[in-house]
Amino acid sequence: MSDPLVSIRHLSRSFDIGSGRSRQVLKAVEDVSFHINRGETLGLVGESGSGKSTIGKMLVGSLPPSSGEMEILGQTITAGSGRRDWRRLRERVQFVFQDPHAALNPRMRVGQSIAEPLEIQGKLSRAERVARVADLMDLVGLPPSWTERFPHEFSGGQRQRIVIARALALNPEFVICDEAVASLDVSMQAQIINLLKDLQDRLGLSYLFIAHDLAVVRAASHRIAVLYAGQVVETAPRSDLFRTPLHPYTRALLDAVPRARRRGERPPVLGGEVPSLLNKPKGCNFSTRCPLANDHCRRVEPALRSFGPRQVACHFAGEGGDAISAA
Amino acid sequence: MSDTVLQVRDLAVSFRTDRGWVPSVDSVNFALKGREALGIVGESGSGKSVTALSLLRLHDPRNTAITGEVLWQKRDILAMGTRDLQRLRGREIAMVFQDPIHTLNPVLTIADQIGESLRIHQGLTGKAARRRAIELLDQVRIPDAARRVDDYPHRLSGGQRQRVMIAIAIACQPKLLIADEPTTALDVTVQAQIMELLRQLRQDLGMAVILISHDLGLVSEFADRVMVMYAGQPVELSPAEPLFERPLHPYSEGLLAAIPDLDSDLDRLPTIPGAIPEPTRRPPGCRFAPRCSYALESCRSQALPMLVAADGRAARCTRHIPERQVSDV
Repeated sequence: MSDPLVSIRHLSRSFDIGSGRSRQVLKAVEDVSFHINRGETLGLVGESGSGKSTIGKMLVGSLPPSSGEMEILGQTITAGSGRRDWRRLRERVQFVFQDPHAALNPRMRVGQSIAEPLEIQGKLSRAERVARVADLMDLVGLPPSWTERFPHEFSGGQRQRIVIARALALNPEFVICDEAVASLDVSMQAQIINLLKDLQDRLGLSYLFIAHDLAVVRAASHRIAVLYAGQVVETAPRSDLFRTPLHPYTRALLDAVPRARRRGERPPVLGGEVPSLLNKPKGCNFSTRCPLANDHCRRVEPALRSFGPRQVACHFAGEGGDAISAA
Repeated sequence: MSDTVLQVRDLAVSFRTDRGWVPSVDSVNFALKGREALGIVGESGSGKSVTALSLLRLHDPRNTAITGEVLWQKRDILAMGTRDLQRLRGREIAMVFQDPIHTLNPVLTIADQIGESLRIHQGLTGKAARRRAIELLDQVRIPDAARRVDDYPHRLSGGQRQRVMIAIAIACQPKLLIADEPTTALDVTVQAQIMELLRQLRQDLGMAVILISHDLGLVSEFADRVMVMYAGQPVELSPAEPLFERPLHPYSEGLLAAIPDLDSDLDRLPTIPGAIPEPTRRPPGCRFAPRCSYALESCRSQALPMLVAADGRAARCTRHIPERQVSDV
């Protein structure tokens, strides 16, 4: 297999809260490692406080890591990296965020918004830019003749298409989608997920797809990493993860999703809430809510261990054997 | 099930805008029995929240025109005087909203906020009110209620704030709880806890519940009956189970198909082409016709009432209900 496009190793990010004696450290992301292969979509799923958006911000360079490293398209980024290290990546890494209303300037015609990165780059003539914008509109399924319109003339789903067109203007290789369909209705979500997949096939893009919605992540991703309280608890190819979740948190997360076509009894509800990131429990972060937790779990933090194509951070993984041997 | 407690007839709502009066919702007809759970589902712009707020006349009356009847135990809420209306709200019918951070007052303690409702509706003050507030927090499963009652809202998590809102809503043991997207702002594991709590309270207090949500899965696990809304009108009204097994309206069918399925690896998701029309640009005839793959020529010109099938299910479409029968649900 070729080298991964993106490798994250022992990445951490903490924030100082308060000062002096009341100073506390909030550990938003702690020792996270994962990789993304070329042409692959890695889904990053977690609830609030899981650290998924903090990871996204570090990957686009809007937030430096506290420690650890990120190797993105051959460029290594660490806590000490500066503008010069990012310069090589600026055009090749792009992002699509949740809110297409906030991402587009309401006073700018959408064609202008899409052309903006091309103007800043300064490689194309005006005529070439106009042609490129028309191509991009067509690529995301909008009539090229609509470039003179303003954002308010478009629906939420169409606006997200425009944001995607702009992200693709400079031919990036890696696109980070942070809750890219979260503000859309279900019928629009499906359209945008399908579009992202088509673009991946045509342009060979790789995605990090960050979302809180498991069903959306399943539809969009090849492989999925589950985060809990700032750490990866499980990574697996999508069908393995959904068929035989190995971490008790992954199991609980799947059980919690309401389903229109559930067969049989509703599973038991997971109690408690995500621990405070200012004061994480000793041992396993999930031990305060886990139905399996014992004294060992509450004392010793489980390492992320590999089982074939999967990784799990749970002391019980591999012991029960069923799920593991089936995988 | 018991007798009908709520009967909504021909409810229609319009709002005044810069461009004149714009119709938002129309032709809403449904009945609710005591202890029944009705789900109202639809996407943004379907009119589900406008409908819910109209039941208690919570829109700004200066910019809203509501017509039709909302009969609560045979009294028309839309025709009621202000004092009767205020007595009804909170005491007989209570409401829970999406965003507990904006509905709780940040400078009052939990005890104060629950106490306000107890004082207004039940005349409880001082120690008695405090005791009842703690009891209510216990009932919504907030751990260590006797201490948390003195906390301010910012000390609570999103899930706990929604529990407090529910405590306030059930303080007077209402006969109907209207929950408008009560878990939309919450994480999925916390959502499951809140829905479990609502299920339990519904049983304990014998309340009827109207649950408004964009999430078909959520509604299907909670409601006895479901009303699907599209572009300001109900398009299907059916018991929950058959709706999800065999939807009668093409929009319900499309909506169900578009939900990414947790139990399969589809590479392409089914979609509904196009988008919901703006209230000012609703097509004549069936409002879903421009997006409907089954649409006939007559669908585009002729608007339909709700048609009732032999089994009592109703839909605004002739595809599965050929007989022309006007709904009188």
